[in-house]
Amino acid sequence: MAANPILEFELPLYQLEEKIEEMRELGKSINLTKEIAELEKKVEDLRHDIYKNLTRWQRVQIARHPARPITLDYINGIFTNFQELHGDRSFGDDHAVIGGFAQLNEQSVMLVGHQKGRDTKSNLYRNFGMANPEGYRKALRLFKLAEKFNKPIITLLDTPGAFPGIEAEERGQAEAIARNLFEMSRLRVPIIVVIIGEGASGGAIGIGIGDRILMLENSWYSVISPESCSSILWRSWDFKEQAAEALKLTAKDLKEISVIDEIIPEPIGGAHRNHSLMFDILKKTLVSEIKSLIKEKPEKLVNARREKYYKLGVWEEK
Amino acid sequence: MAWFNRQKANINTEQQREMPDGLWTKCPSCGEVIYKKELELNYFTCIKCRYHFRVGSNEYISFIFDEGSFVETNENIFSGDPLDFTDTKPYKERIADSIEKSGFNDAIITGYGTVNGKKLSIAIMNFSFIGGSMGSVVGEKIYRAAKYSLDKKVPLMIISASGGARMQEAALSLMQMAKTSAVLAELGEAGVPYISMLTDPTTGGVTASYAMLGDINIAEPGALIGFAGPRVIEQTIKKKLPAGFQRSEFLLDKGFIDFIVDRKELKEKLTSVLQWFEK
Ligand SMILES: [Zn+2]
Repeated sequence: MAANPILEFELPLYQLEEKIEEMRELGKSINLTKEIAELEKKVEDLRHDIYKNLTRWQRVQIARHPARPITLDYINGIFTNFQELHGDRSFGDDHAVIGGFAQLNEQSVMLVGHQKGRDTKSNLYRNFGMANPEGYRKALRLFKLAEKFNKPIITLLDTPGAFPGIEAEERGQAEAIARNLFEMSRLRVPIIVVIIGEGASGGAIGIGIGDRILMLENSWYSVISPESCSSILWRSWDFKEQAAEALKLTAKDLKEISVIDEIIPEPIGGAHRNHSLMFDILKKTLVSEIKSLIKEKPEKLVNARREKYYKLGVWEEK
Repeated sequence: MAWFNRQKANINTEQQREMPDGLWTKCPSCGEVIYKKELELNYFTCIKCRYHFRVGSNEYISFIFDEGSFVETNENIFSGDPLDFTDTKPYKERIADSIEKSGFNDAIITGYGTVNGKKLSIAIMNFSFIGGSMGSVVGEKIYRAAKYSLDKKVPLMIISASGGARMQEAALSLMQMAKTSAVLAELGEAGVPYISMLTDPTTGGVTASYAMLGDINIAEPGALIGFAGPRVIEQTIKKKLPAGFQRSEFLLDKGFIDFIVDRKELKEKLTSVLQWFEK
């Protein structure tokens, strides 16, 4: 796979951009300023059209884009003095989940996030961002540490799912996730959750309970991936586009049913087109959210968090 | 069950011919052919190999509660169709069909009653309703059963049987893991006991939330219990799974179950557990 592959629906854009490059070359000998400007305007319009009307499946593709910023990029781009903390103190250190101390401007925070890799080698090391039980247990250890010293928690979600393996089952994948949901619902410090890429199922929500749930514009979050949903409900891998539509897994969809609190806009074309702008946008929101959350009394914070989850769901009472 | 099992069962053919069809059933584990009435008297467990047949909420109510003591609650909550979900069939239709086929309004019932005189609030899942999948109704009913326990200071029991979260409610199903875990945390802080019983099968988002969060977790013998389903694991690791993998006995051995309980002994064990919490 190329380092920066072009998604199918982005192709016309890249073709136009190439054309502009060619004209710039030519422009060294003849004056093409006007033509180039026209073409640039065309690119802008096209870019706007394409990205305002993405299908849900196209957003899933952006969420998985190999050049999309991943947890460590956000840590380096937004925070200072990151000190990674390793291990669950029981079994080992899971490389698919990272966490540690960091500063957001002057504020100390505890960071925890799923960590994917960038290439084959680092993806194998990170297990493609699929955590084992010790990953969730490390996360919980760090959450408790944050609670003990009264520091807000920020979690970054980006996983294709908790790892489905023999050893994961032996060590209690389900128990580890369940315990985190239980404990996160009652932590007496603010928790901000940011879905930065893929939020697949229990593996995502296992570090995803919080006071404020933020979601990047081109991320997805659901109970299952479109591919697996297709294979189970349609009994074929060929219905992933339909499954993505049916699951209503985009930030806009989830805001409408109150599963998330806020959509974080991405640079046009997706976060991968402009990392530093993405970091600036997210940082601004994090700073303002933390500022308001740290003023809350712990009891009030926990109660409001619980009440928020208690209200989630749609049913009919006859 | 078909008649061709008769040789194996060693039952007098003459006698069997006089039996109307449907009175006998074959044990899927050992092949024993059992008279249905006898199976019922034996708590739907095999008289020969102790295999626990899958049963639903009505059976568990009769196994656990003192006769006439059980009161069902929240029976009028039905699934909506928040996402207007359609796969090979509209979700609304799936719900209507399941209500008709299973005789239940959704994959869980709630209520309360007495167990040898001791009060117990309960939620029991029905696997026959869309694979016991957890959507908004399951989450809300567990929430209400837990709130009842909290208000009345009555221990809570949840009997799980589920393939996991209900896909047709997508992210809202996922949120039920959070909702149920949060209310159990509140229950725990109030010092009200919660007993989780896992039956065959309990997997996915149900195991990864309330089913694993009991003050004690107990299981029926031989129940499939896990996070990922066995097929998904096999596809991922491209290996056959060892025998007994993800069964109750395996979980007991790995430290995730407090004890395994035979259905026949369920009421007595439960009584003694409730007594421990009381005194
Ligand atoms: Zn048998």
